[in-house]
Amino acid sequence: MKIFSAYKDGRLTLYLQGELDHHGVKNSMELIGRLIDEFMPKECVVELSKLSFMDSSGIALILKIHRLMLLRGGKAWIENADKQPLRVIDASGIDRIIGISMNKEI
Amino acid sequence: MKTRNYIKLEFPAKSCNEAFARTAVGAFAAQLDPCIDELGDIKTAVSEAVTNAIVHAYPENIGTVWIKLRILDDDTLEICVKDKGRGIENVKKAMEPLFTTGGEERCGMGFTIMDSFMDSVKVISRCGKGTSVIMRRNIRSKYESK
Repeated sequence: MKIFSAYKDGRLTLYLQGELDHHGVKNSMELIGRLIDEFMPKECVVELSKLSFMDSSGIALILKIHRLMLLRGGKAWIENADKQPLRVIDASGIDRIIGISMNKEI
Repeated sequence: MKTRNYIKLEFPAKSCNEAFARTAVGAFAAQLDPCIDELGDIKTAVSEAVTNAIVHAYPENIGTVWIKLRILDDDTLEICVKDKGRGIENVKKAMEPLFTTGGEERCGMGFTIMDSFMDSVKVISRCGKGTSVIMRRNIRSKYESK
Protein backbone atom coordinates (compact mmCIF):
# COMPACT_ATOMS: atom_id res chain seq x y z
CA MET A 1 0.00 0.00 0.00
CA LYS A 2 1.15 3.55 -0.71
CA ILE A 3 0.24 6.70 1.18
CA PHE A 4 0.45 10.17 -0.29
CA SER A 5 -0.43 13.27 1.69
CA ALA A 6 -1.34 16.88 0.99
CA TYR A 7 -1.83 19.72 3.47
CA LYS A 8 -3.69 22.96 2.81
CA ASP A 9 -5.53 25.45 5.05
CA GLY A 10 -5.71 23.19 8.11
CA ARG A 11 -6.79 20.12 6.14
CA LEU A 12 -4.55 17.06 5.82
CA THR A 13 -5.61 14.69 3.04
CA LEU A 14 -4.26 11.14 3.19
CA TYR A 15 -4.48 9.32 -0.15
CA LEU A 16 -4.39 5.56 0.49
CA GLN A 17 -3.62 3.54 -2.63
CA GLY A 18 -3.40 -0.18 -3.41
CA GLU A 19 -4.38 -2.88 -0.91
CA LEU A 20 -4.78 -2.14 2.79
CA ASP A 21 -4.40 -5.19 5.04
CA HIS A 22 -2.71 -5.98 8.37
CA HIS A 23 0.72 -6.01 6.68
CA GLY A 24 0.17 -2.54 5.21
CA VAL A 25 -1.36 -1.14 8.39
CA LYS A 26 1.63 -2.24 10.51
CA ASN A 27 3.84 -0.10 8.30
CA SER A 28 1.44 2.87 7.98
CA MET A 29 0.27 3.69 11.49
CA GLU A 30 3.53 5.29 12.56
CA LEU A 31 3.80 7.38 9.38
CA ILE A 32 0.24 8.68 9.66
CA GLY A 33 0.75 9.50 13.36
CA ARG A 34 3.89 11.47 12.40
CA LEU A 35 2.04 13.39 9.65
CA ILE A 36 -0.76 14.37 12.05
CA ASP A 37 1.79 15.42 14.71
CA GLU A 38 3.74 17.46 12.15
CA PHE A 39 0.86 19.35 10.49
CA MET A 40 -1.55 19.50 13.49
CA PRO A 41 -4.50 19.66 11.06
CA LYS A 42 -8.04 20.66 12.07
CA GLU A 43 -9.45 18.23 9.52
CA CYS A 44 -8.12 14.96 8.15
CA VAL A 45 -9.55 13.43 4.98
CA VAL A 46 -8.93 9.72 4.36
CA GLU A 47 -9.19 9.55 0.56
CA LEU A 48 -9.83 6.02 -0.74
CA SER A 49 -10.60 6.41 -4.46
CA LYS A 50 -7.47 4.43 -5.41
CA LEU A 51 -7.74 1.84 -2.66
CA SER A 52 -8.68 -1.41 -4.40
CA PHE A 53 -8.88 -3.66 -1.30
CA MET A 54 -9.32 -3.24 2.43
CA ASP A 55 -10.05 -5.66 5.29
CA SER A 56 -10.79 -4.95 8.96
CA SER A 57 -7.18 -3.85 9.51
CA GLY A 58 -8.13 -0.81 7.42
CA ILE A 59 -10.99 -0.16 9.85
CA ALA A 60 -8.43 -0.20 12.69
CA LEU A 61 -6.31 2.36 10.81
CA ILE A 62 -9.29 4.65 10.14
CA LEU A 63 -10.37 4.40 13.81
CA LYS A 64 -6.83 5.32 14.87
CA ILE A 65 -6.89 8.42 12.64
CA HIS A 66 -10.33 9.30 14.03
CA ARG A 67 -9.04 9.00 17.63
CA LEU A 68 -5.86 11.02 16.92
CA MET A 69 -7.95 13.81 15.40
CA LEU A 70 -10.46 13.80 18.28
CA LEU A 71 -7.59 14.07 20.78
CA ARG A 72 -6.42 17.21 18.95
CA GLY A 73 -9.91 18.70 18.82
CA GLY A 74 -10.24 18.06 15.08
CA LYS A 75 -12.24 15.66 12.95
CA ALA A 76 -11.64 13.06 10.27
CA TRP A 77 -13.80 11.58 7.54
CA ILE A 78 -13.59 9.10 4.68
CA GLU A 79 -13.87 10.19 1.05
CA ASN A 80 -14.55 8.31 -2.18
CA ALA A 81 -14.37 4.72 -0.95
CA ASP A 82 -14.68 2.22 -3.79
CA LYS A 83 -17.13 -0.72 -3.70
CA GLN A 84 -15.10 -3.33 -1.81
CA PRO A 85 -13.74 -0.97 0.91
CA LEU A 86 -17.26 0.47 1.25
CA ARG A 87 -18.71 -3.00 1.88
CA VAL A 88 -16.16 -3.52 4.70
CA ILE A 89 -16.93 -0.06 6.13
CA ASP A 90 -20.68 -0.86 6.03
CA ALA A 91 -20.24 -4.28 7.67
CA SER A 92 -18.07 -2.81 10.45
CA GLY A 93 -20.59 -0.08 11.33
CA ILE A 94 -17.91 2.64 11.67
CA ASP A 95 -20.08 4.90 9.52
CA ARG A 96 -21.96 5.54 12.79
CA ILE A 97 -18.93 7.35 14.27
CA ILE A 98 -17.02 8.70 11.27
CA GLY A 99 -18.41 10.59 8.29
CA ILE A 100 -18.31 9.23 4.75
CA SER A 101 -18.38 11.56 1.78
CA MET A 102 -18.70 10.52 -1.86
CA ASN A 103 -17.71 12.81 -4.70
CA LYS A 104 -18.10 10.11 -7.32
CA GLU A 105 -20.70 7.54 -8.27
CA ILE A 106 -20.07 3.85 -7.61
CA MET B 1 -21.46 -33.29 -1.05
CA LYS B 2 -18.95 -34.42 -3.69
CA THR B 3 -15.76 -32.44 -4.26
CA ARG B 4 -15.29 -31.32 -7.87
CA ASN B 5 -11.87 -29.77 -7.45
CA TYR B 6 -9.49 -28.84 -4.63
CA ILE B 7 -6.11 -27.30 -3.84
CA LYS B 8 -3.94 -27.08 -0.75
CA LEU B 9 -1.63 -24.22 0.15
CA GLU B 10 1.01 -24.00 2.87
CA PHE B 11 3.01 -20.92 3.84
CA PRO B 12 4.79 -19.36 6.83
CA ALA B 13 2.67 -17.13 9.07
CA LYS B 14 4.25 -13.89 7.87
CA SER B 15 2.13 -10.81 7.28
CA CYS B 16 3.66 -10.36 3.81
CA ASN B 17 1.81 -13.58 2.79
CA GLU B 18 -1.67 -12.14 3.50
CA ALA B 19 -1.95 -10.69 -0.02
CA PHE B 20 -0.65 -13.93 -1.56
CA ALA B 21 -3.25 -16.00 0.31
CA ARG B 22 -6.29 -13.95 -0.77
CA THR B 23 -5.01 -13.61 -4.35
CA ALA B 24 -4.43 -17.38 -4.63
CA VAL B 25 -7.91 -18.12 -3.26
CA GLY B 26 -9.39 -15.58 -5.68
CA ALA B 27 -7.59 -17.25 -8.59
CA PHE B 28 -8.96 -20.69 -7.61
CA ALA B 29 -12.48 -19.31 -7.05
CA ALA B 30 -12.44 -17.75 -10.54
CA GLN B 31 -13.40 -21.13 -12.11
CA LEU B 32 -16.85 -20.67 -10.50
CA ASP B 33 -17.19 -17.43 -12.47
CA PRO B 34 -18.05 -15.22 -9.48
CA CYS B 35 -19.01 -11.58 -10.00
CA ILE B 36 -16.61 -8.89 -8.78
CA ASP B 37 -18.57 -8.37 -5.54
CA GLU B 38 -18.53 -12.10 -4.72
CA LEU B 39 -14.80 -12.30 -5.43
CA GLY B 40 -14.21 -9.25 -3.21
CA ASP B 41 -16.22 -10.85 -0.38
CA ILE B 42 -14.27 -14.13 -0.62
CA LYS B 43 -10.89 -12.37 -0.69
CA THR B 44 -11.87 -10.21 2.29
CA ALA B 45 -12.99 -13.22 4.38
CA VAL B 46 -9.75 -15.08 3.55
CA SER B 47 -7.68 -12.02 4.46
CA GLU B 48 -9.41 -11.90 7.87
CA ALA B 49 -8.94 -15.61 8.62
CA VAL B 50 -5.28 -15.63 7.52
CA THR B 51 -4.52 -12.43 9.46
CA ASN B 52 -6.06 -13.99 12.59
CA ALA B 53 -3.76 -17.00 12.21
CA ILE B 54 -0.71 -14.77 11.72
CA VAL B 55 -1.51 -12.36 14.58
CA HIS B 56 -3.10 -14.65 17.18
CA ALA B 57 -2.02 -18.25 16.55
CA TYR B 58 1.70 -17.70 16.61
CA PRO B 59 2.45 -14.64 18.79
CA GLU B 60 6.05 -15.68 19.55
CA ASN B 61 7.20 -17.59 16.50
CA ILE B 62 6.48 -17.95 12.81
CA GLY B 63 4.42 -21.09 12.41
CA THR B 64 2.68 -22.49 9.36
CA VAL B 65 -0.72 -21.66 7.88
CA TRP B 66 -2.56 -24.16 5.68
CA ILE B 67 -5.43 -23.37 3.33
CA LYS B 68 -7.54 -26.08 1.75
CA LEU B 69 -10.01 -25.04 -0.93
CA ARG B 70 -12.75 -27.26 -2.29
CA ILE B 71 -15.31 -26.67 -5.00
CA LEU B 72 -18.38 -28.72 -4.17
CA ASP B 73 -20.88 -30.12 -6.66
CA ASP B 74 -23.46 -27.40 -5.96
CA ASP B 75 -20.99 -24.61 -6.94
CA THR B 76 -20.06 -23.87 -3.34
CA LEU B 77 -16.54 -22.79 -2.51
CA GLU B 78 -15.31 -24.18 0.82
CA ILE B 79 -12.27 -22.53 2.40
CA CYS B 80 -10.47 -24.04 5.38
CA VAL B 81 -7.77 -21.88 7.01
CA LYS B 82 -5.85 -23.92 9.56
CA ASP B 83 -3.02 -23.28 11.99
CA LYS B 84 -1.33 -25.36 14.69
CA GLY B 85 -0.89 -22.41 17.04
CA ARG B 86 -2.05 -21.66 20.57
CA GLY B 87 -5.77 -22.05 19.85
CA ILE B 88 -8.70 -19.96 21.04
CA GLU B 89 -9.78 -20.36 24.67
CA ASN B 90 -13.33 -19.09 24.15
CA VAL B 91 -14.49 -19.22 20.52
CA LYS B 92 -17.89 -17.64 21.28
CA LYS B 93 -16.21 -14.64 22.94
CA ALA B 94 -13.60 -14.35 20.16
CA MET B 95 -16.41 -14.10 17.60
CA GLU B 96 -18.10 -11.16 19.38
CA PRO B 97 -17.78 -7.85 17.48
CA LEU B 98 -14.96 -5.59 18.78
CA PHE B 99 -13.37 -8.36 20.90
CA THR B 100 -9.63 -8.50 20.20
CA THR B 101 -6.43 -9.56 21.88
CA GLY B 102 -4.40 -8.19 18.97
CA GLY B 103 -2.48 -4.93 18.78
CA GLU B 104 -3.72 -1.56 17.62
CA GLU B 105 -3.67 -2.75 14.00
CA ARG B 106 -6.63 -5.06 14.79
CA CYS B 107 -10.12 -3.87 15.73
CA GLY B 108 -11.97 -7.07 16.64
CA MET B 109 -14.12 -7.09 13.50
CA GLY B 110 -12.48 -10.05 11.70
CA PHE B 111 -15.12 -12.70 12.50
CA THR B 112 -17.93 -10.17 11.98
CA ILE B 113 -16.64 -9.50 8.45
CA MET B 114 -16.23 -13.24 7.73
CA ASP B 115 -19.78 -13.85 8.99
CA SER B 116 -21.22 -11.00 6.89
CA PHE B 117 -19.43 -11.96 3.68
CA MET B 118 -19.75 -15.76 3.69
CA ASP B 119 -22.79 -18.09 3.80
CA SER B 120 -21.40 -20.01 6.78
CA VAL B 121 -18.41 -19.77 9.13
CA LYS B 122 -17.41 -22.56 11.50
CA VAL B 123 -14.52 -22.32 13.98
CA ILE B 124 -12.94 -25.40 15.53
CA SER B 125 -10.24 -24.69 18.08
CA ARG B 126 -8.33 -26.49 20.83
CA CYS B 127 -6.01 -24.69 23.25
CA GLY B 128 -2.41 -25.51 22.44
CA LYS B 129 -3.39 -27.48 19.34
CA GLY B 130 -4.58 -24.91 16.80
CA THR B 131 -7.58 -23.51 15.00
CA SER B 132 -9.48 -24.27 11.80
CA VAL B 133 -11.84 -21.74 10.26
CA ILE B 134 -14.14 -23.33 7.67
CA MET B 135 -16.14 -20.96 5.48
CA ARG B 136 -18.54 -21.64 2.64
CA ARG B 137 -19.93 -19.41 -0.10
CA ASN B 138 -22.23 -20.54 -2.86
CA ILE B 139 -21.54 -18.90 -6.21
CA ARG B 140 -24.72 -18.70 -8.25
CA SER B 141 -24.06 -18.82 -11.94
CA LYS B 142 -24.74 -15.57 -13.76
CA TYR B 143 -26.25 -17.68 -16.56
CA GLU B 144 -28.57 -19.74 -14.35
CA SER B 145 -31.76 -17.91 -15.26
CA LYS B 146 -31.07 -17.94 -19.00
